[in-house]
Parts: sequence; structure tokens; C-alpha cells
Amino acid sequence: MRTFQAQGSATTAAAEPFLKEERASRLWRAWKLVQANPLGVFGAALILLLIIAGVFAPAIARYPINQFAGTPNQAPNATHLFGTDKLGQDIFSRVVYGARISLKVGFFSVGLASAIGMAIGIFSGYLGGIVDTVIQRIVDTAIAFPQLILLLIVIRLLGPSIVNVILVIAIGVIPGVARIVRGAVLSESRNTYIEAARATGASNLRIMLRHLAPNVLPLAIVIATTLLGAAILAEAALSFLGLGIPPPNPSWGADVAASRTSYPLNVWAALFPGLAISLTVLGFNLLGDSLRDILDPRLRGR
Amino acid sequence: MQRYIVRRLLMALAIVWFISIAVFILLRAMPGDPALLQQGISATPEKVAAIHRELGLDRPLIVQYVDWVGNVLRGNLGRSVLSQNSISREFRERLPVSLELMGLTLIWVVLLGIAFGIISAVKQNSLLDNVIRLIATIALAVPAFWVATLVLIIPVQVWGYAPPLGKQISFFTDPGGNMRQFLPASLVLAFGPIAGVMRLTRSSMLEVLRQDYVRTARAKGLRERIIVLRHALRNSLIPAVTLIGLLTAGLLGGAVIIEQIFDLRGIGQYIYTALLQKDYPVAQSLVMYTASAAVLMNLVVDLLYAALDPRIRY
Repeated sequence: MRTFQAQGSATTAAAEPFLKEERASRLWRAWKLVQANPLGVFGAALILLLIIAGVFAPAIARYPINQFAGTPNQAPNATHLFGTDKLGQDIFSRVVYGARISLKVGFFSVGLASAIGMAIGIFSGYLGGIVDTVIQRIVDTAIAFPQLILLLIVIRLLGPSIVNVILVIAIGVIPGVARIVRGAVLSESRNTYIEAARATGASNLRIMLRHLAPNVLPLAIVIATTLLGAAILAEAALSFLGLGIPPPNPSWGADVAASRTSYPLNVWAALFPGLAISLTVLGFNLLGDSLRDILDPRLRGR
Repeated sequence: MQRYIVRRLLMALAIVWFISIAVFILLRAMPGDPALLQQGISATPEKVAAIHRELGLDRPLIVQYVDWVGNVLRGNLGRSVLSQNSISREFRERLPVSLELMGLTLIWVVLLGIAFGIISAVKQNSLLDNVIRLIATIALAVPAFWVATLVLIIPVQVWGYAPPLGKQISFFTDPGGNMRQFLPASLVLAFGPIAGVMRLTRSSMLEVLRQDYVRTARAKGLRERIIVLRHALRNSLIPAVTLIGLLTAGLLGGAVIIEQIFDLRGIGQYIYTALLQKDYPVAQSLVMYTASAAVLMNLVVDLLYAALDPRIRY
């Protein structure tokens, strides 16, 4: 869509700056977005990189993982971009394939936790009364419990596997989400449109589903983005301790742990997987911060 | 206010009680039998049964639970299944290690976090401010265990230096050795929290510096340093103090990963090995200690919050 092109004249020359504002070119809008939120866009770019690495791993990685690919403990060189680890595996390939694990664990655990946490928060916040009190006490207990220990205990119960790690992290995250959503619901419920809905005879379930949920969703999305970073860190920590994704899967955390028992010491095997974790979490944190800044005034305006 | 404190204390006790039940059930539900683990290959059904009877594992769960609670309240935490030592004694040996680590970490967090926060706020948007914020953003994204691993590996590669690992050197016998063991660990542990505290101090101080009374102080001609340090700082510390309180709550339970990496034999490592090897008595006692410490610390933080800000009244 292009705006009209005025003929050359003094008035149009004066109007030029204002006409520029109306240009709806996609490129221009994208550039404006970058200018306003450079860090957020950088974060989004990092995440995009992660997703590309995960999706196109077979094409990008040069060597198959879990197999001997060259002399062990090489420094980065032309054939092995990140070097090789103590078992002779190509570190670059393992890092690229590791993106799949991080993505899977991150998105599924946070997705699950957000859905359940949102449901609990809406339920608890809207219904109030004894339901709210009981649920809140349980949530408080869960939050008071030291996080890592809770993860350790439950993972010992269930055994190390990718599904269990997803479940465990989701369990750890749900109470936080529930509490924040409940807070938002408490203030949303005061709004007139809820009262109107109730006056027209809408059932509680309908109000919760059709009115509260869509309005709490932006907040949940912002929280979820930051939680993605935390979830990936948690998976890395669990795998580092040996209680997460079982070997020989290319989990970044497990690879950092493996590098500690490498003899001779291999700095590259420790460096690159951890760098991948850091960049991923950084991406999600930056994106989450930007989203929060963008959505915040709108949230407060309600 | 008094009633609030009493109410919160009762709630904290209730929460701790719930946690004790949850911990008890969870640990009993874990796969793996401690008697088998202890016996190893030489296990026979008779020996396993004998150990079960000795540990009291053949009685109904409720009886076991009540028995355990009774013992704990009397200060008897039982014996470790694996090492056969008194848990209280092992606990007392390991606690100072975790406490020293926690103490050092807190010193870094309080000093550096608040200092950087003040500097960043006072010189808002300057190059220094942006550099500090950049480092803080990175610090919040990097995993502590990675930094710890690099801190251990790189000096060995580059300089051939490694901190003395193994049994903890007491500060009183050899301060140098003690510091070489604890300093790297506490710095790594403090890295992330420093960033968090810095951010909170900065945003809170920015708000405070915009307030009217600060403007009045400037108009009166007070030196900027006095304004910042004596007037503004006190009021901007509140969010940072709450964060530091929560951090302490977490650290009281021992920093599992850092202790493991730096081979510091504290509570964190104790819990980790106990959970891994299904040492019921130890795991139970430790998790209860950690959870209780966390709950109590949370309560202290809430009360501190009210004490610091006179506008908050429960």
C-alpha cells in the first residue's frame, strides 16, 4: 500500500516529513521496531538462531553425534569448528543437536506449566473464598520449598528421561505462574465488564474462560518468555548433575559436566556448550524484558 | 502487628509440618531400597529383612512418621545409613563450610551489588551505567555451573594453578589456604545475585532520586554525595534487602551445585549425595532443615520489609 504521490510544489515540500510518517512499507516498520527495541530484537534474533539450529540440525552438523568423529580433545580447527571432546565427538555437532533438546524441554515444560498455572491462577483468583485460601497455601508451600531440591527429589522418583525432566521443570514453574496470574485476575475481576457478564447471567466457567483468560493471556506470555530461559537453565543444571537427560544425548549441561572428567583437560568441551546455554537464556531474557516493556503500559492501563 | 507476626509464625509452622509429611512420603516412594544398597552384592532376603526391622522400615508408615518427628523434636536425627555416623555430628561438621560460603557470598552481593546499583543510578545512561547493565544482563543468563567449571579448568590450562581440593582447610589454621578454597566458589556463586541486586538497587534509587524531598535537599545545597548516601540510599534499599533475604534463605540450604564442583563438603553436597544414594535419614533431616530455614527466612524477610518501610502495616 503506497500513499499518493503529490506533485512538486512548496506545500508538498513542507508536507514531506509528515508524508514520510504515513509510509506503510513493511521494511520501514520493521526498522522502526528495531530502533525502538534493539535489545529485544537482538534477543529474538538469538532465539531464531536457536530454532534454526534445532530444526536444521541434520543439515548444519557436520558429523553424527554419539560417534567417534576424530582425534579426541582437539582445539577448534577447520574440520571441527568447536573442536572435539574427550570421546572424539565433534563438539559443534553436539551443540547444534543440543539445541533440539533445549527447545523441546523449554517449550513443552513452560507451555505445560503456563497452561496449568494460568488455569489454577484464574480459578483461585476468581472464585476466591476457601478455594482461594487452600490453593494459595499449597502454592506458598511449593514456592517456599527450595527449588533445586524439589527437582532432585522428583527426578529421583521418576527417573532420568526427557519426559520426566519436562514434567519436573513444569512442576517447579507452575506455582510461580499461578501466583502471578492470580494477582492479575484479582485486579481484573474488579472491572465492570466482568460485573456486566455476571449480570447477564454468564456462568462462572464462562466468565473465566471467555473473559478473564484472554485478558490475562498477554501477562502469561511475557512471564512464559522469561521462564523459558529459566527452564533451559534448570534442564542444564539437572543434566549437569547427572539427573536430567540421560547420556549420551547431547544435552548442553551434560556436555559441560562430561568435560570436567576429560584428561587432558579440554577447555573447548566446557566452553561451547555452556556458551550455547548462555546465549539462549540471554535471548529469552532480552525478549521477555522487551515484551514486558511493550505490554506493560497496556496492562497498567486496565 | 503482633497478631500478624503470631499468625505468620503459625502458618510457617503449618507449612513446615506439611513439608515434613510431603518429604517423608516422597522419600519413601523413591525407587531403590536402602537396605539393598547398603548390603550390595552380599544381600540375602534374611539380611535385608533384618535391616528393615532394625531401621524400623517394616512398620506402618504413620508409625514411622510419628517416630521420626518425635526424634527430631528431641534433637536426635538418627544415623546415616551409609556411613553409620550420627547425622547430627556430620551436620555439625558440614554446616560451617556452607555457612562460610554463604557468608562470603553475601559479603560480595551486598557490597558489590549495592555499590554498582548506586553508581549505575547516579550516572544514569552514562557509558559506565551501560557497561554495568550489560554485564548484569549477561550475568543473569550464564549458568553458574558453567562459570564454575571454567574458573576451575582455565587456570589449570593456562597457569597450572588449581585450588587445594579435598578436606576443608580451617580459616584459623591457614587463612591463605582457606581463602583459596572458598574465594573462587563464593565469587562464582555471587555473580548472578550481584546482578539482581544491582538492578533492583538501580531502579529503586532512580525512583527515589526523582522524589520531591531529594529535590529539596539539593535546593538546600547539600552535597550530592550526602544526598545519595545518607538520604536516598536508605529508602531505595528495600527491594534489594528482600532479594538478599531470599538469597540467604536459598544459601542456608547449601549451594548444591557449587559445593559439588569445588568439592566443598557442606550441606549442599551432603543433601545431593544423600538423595542420590537414597540415604533416607540423612535426606529427610537435611531437606527438613533446608525447607524450614527457607520458610523462616521468608517470614523474616516479610517482617523486615514492614520494619523498613513504615508505610507498610499488616
